[in-house]
Amino acid sequence: MTDLPTSTEKKLGLVIDLDTCVGCHACVISCKGWNTENYGAPLSDQRPYGEEPMGTFLNRVHSYEVKAEGQVAQTVHFPKSCLHCENAPCVTVCPTGASYKRQEDGIVLVNESSCIGCGLCAWACPYGARELDQAEGVMKKCTLCVDRIYNENLPEVDREPACVRTCPAGARHFGDFADPESHVSKLTAERGGMDLMPELGTAPVNKYLPPRVKDSWDDESVLAPFLEPVAQEPKGFMSWLDKQLSRLPGDVKEMEGAE
Amino acid sequence: MHPAASVIVFTTLSGAGLGMLAWLGFDSTPSTGWGAFGYYFIAFALAVGGLISSTFHLGHPERAMKAFTQWRTSWLSREGVCAVLALSIMGLYAAGLIFLGEAYAILGWIGAILSLGTVYTTSMIYGQLATIPRWNTPFTSLLYLTFAIAGGALLTGKVTIALVLLVAAAFVQVIWWKKGDTAFADRGSNLGTATGLGDRGAVRSLAHPHTSPNYLMREFIHIVGRKHAQKLRVISLVLMAGVPVVLLALFPVSHFIALLAVLSHLAGVATSRWLFFAEAEHTVGIYYGMR
Ligand code: SF4
Ligand code: SF4
Ligand code: SF4
Repeated sequence: MTDLPTSTEKKLGLVIDLDTCVGCHACVISCKGWNTENYGAPLSDQRPYGEEPMGTFLNRVHSYEVKAEGQVAQTVHFPKSCLHCENAPCVTVCPTGASYKRQEDGIVLVNESSCIGCGLCAWACPYGARELDQAEGVMKKCTLCVDRIYNENLPEVDREPACVRTCPAGARHFGDFADPESHVSKLTAERGGMDLMPELGTAPVNKYLPPRVKDSWDDESVLAPFLEPVAQEPKGFMSWLDKQLSRLPGDVKEMEGAE
Repeated sequence: MHPAASVIVFTTLSGAGLGMLAWLGFDSTPSTGWGAFGYYFIAFALAVGGLISSTFHLGHPERAMKAFTQWRTSWLSREGVCAVLALSIMGLYAAGLIFLGEAYAILGWIGAILSLGTVYTTSMIYGQLATIPRWNTPFTSLLYLTFAIAGGALLTGKVTIALVLLVAAAFVQVIWWKKGDTAFADRGSNLGTATGLGDRGAVRSLAHPHTSPNYLMREFIHIVGRKHAQKLRVISLVLMAGVPVVLLALFPVSHFIALLAVLSHLAGVATSRWLFFAEAEHTVGIYYGMR
């Protein structure tokens, strides 16, 4: 049934760190790589080597510029996949029951053998997290790598989403938001994790960490004290050497006519 | 939103057909025999034809039966259930009139209410979507219902009522457009809220995630079609209400005049439905720095 569970035991999801994401798209590729050969229908491409190539992806990286008055512009890379909303509008609109939110861990999934490909769930998702596969005619979305995170055939270190496992910058974190002591809950609390488009009331589980405040040209660098010249005036043997060398012609100061 | 032909045909034809069925069901002095057959044939052809066309955009139409299961939460499922009930009950009522010459009024009433209910469920499929602020208002249901009732009155030959309802439909349409034009801005979603970065400064899209349009852009961002929107609005109003009103008011009613009025009305409704989709801005567009 496409009723939403009133509450879920766990709230599995991702924290995405906009401060550290370097926009390399590695998560996009690893996501496509894992998911095209695992859960459900493959993620098809249309005209991959032709004009206007297009294809199904479950995770995509936008790039934005943020510019405050009088400040330098800042580039923010912005990975976006399903946010596994607690109040998922994509689930309740589904006429067939193909879309559902799991009571045990809150993951939002599509049962592809029931999906008629009407596309209404993609219309209901504010974030563009669902794509109708053009070859299969069924709805595809992030599965939170449900076939990795519980998969006992994988080494323990790999039992996390492909995108998290692959990110070279450590910008994606996976965990249980229902547990206040979890890594993701702590990160969210410490860094002020944000909801996307909170005004629409979807209550996303995934949180985004805002970029840290950057220094400006006018600020004194925190490294400044360590960069002071070690010796202003030479002492001892160096002092004697300095004097002797200064007597020789060709001293820089003389050449510039400074003295 | 991408204005898909199948959905425009579906909402236009089914709306008119179901509106017709509602008038036929509520009619206290129904015609019987062949006279009834003519009306019911047209009404069913429109309603069923529209419903069939709505399955053309499905990825897996062969699984359509599953769409009747989730009526507890899904307006699309409710629409399916309501449509089947409305058509079955009106079918029985029509059979009574045509073959037995009997009017089982209670069936007519229930069928008429279900027919209007089907139009309402269709309108709610669009009206429920918070992602498309232009649609996300009770006025969308009012729009669909007035169009259906006005078209139904025209098709069942209720000339005086049709005149009033066509003018009313034009009014509702203008109000809906006016409200719709500011709806997206009023909702307050923009790149600032969509990225959470709005309080740090002005946010602008630098680079899309992909080099050519994907499913999301094709489905949700339809900017080209909006170029002539204002002209199309006028054309739609003239065809939907203007021409039929003039024809019915100035000329003695004949089959030919009625046919012209009906064709013009349906063309106007279809234009309005094309605009309904083409002008609708989805929040996904925000992420692409577009609407
Ligand atoms: S992000 Fe979109 S697809 Fe994912 S749960 Fe939320 S509404 Fe549904
Ligand atoms: S596309 Fe599939 S999953 Fe989405 S609403 Fe339609 S039937 Fe449900
Ligand atoms: S959790 Fe898995 S399916 Fe979801 S974006 Fe990451 S790799 Fe893709």
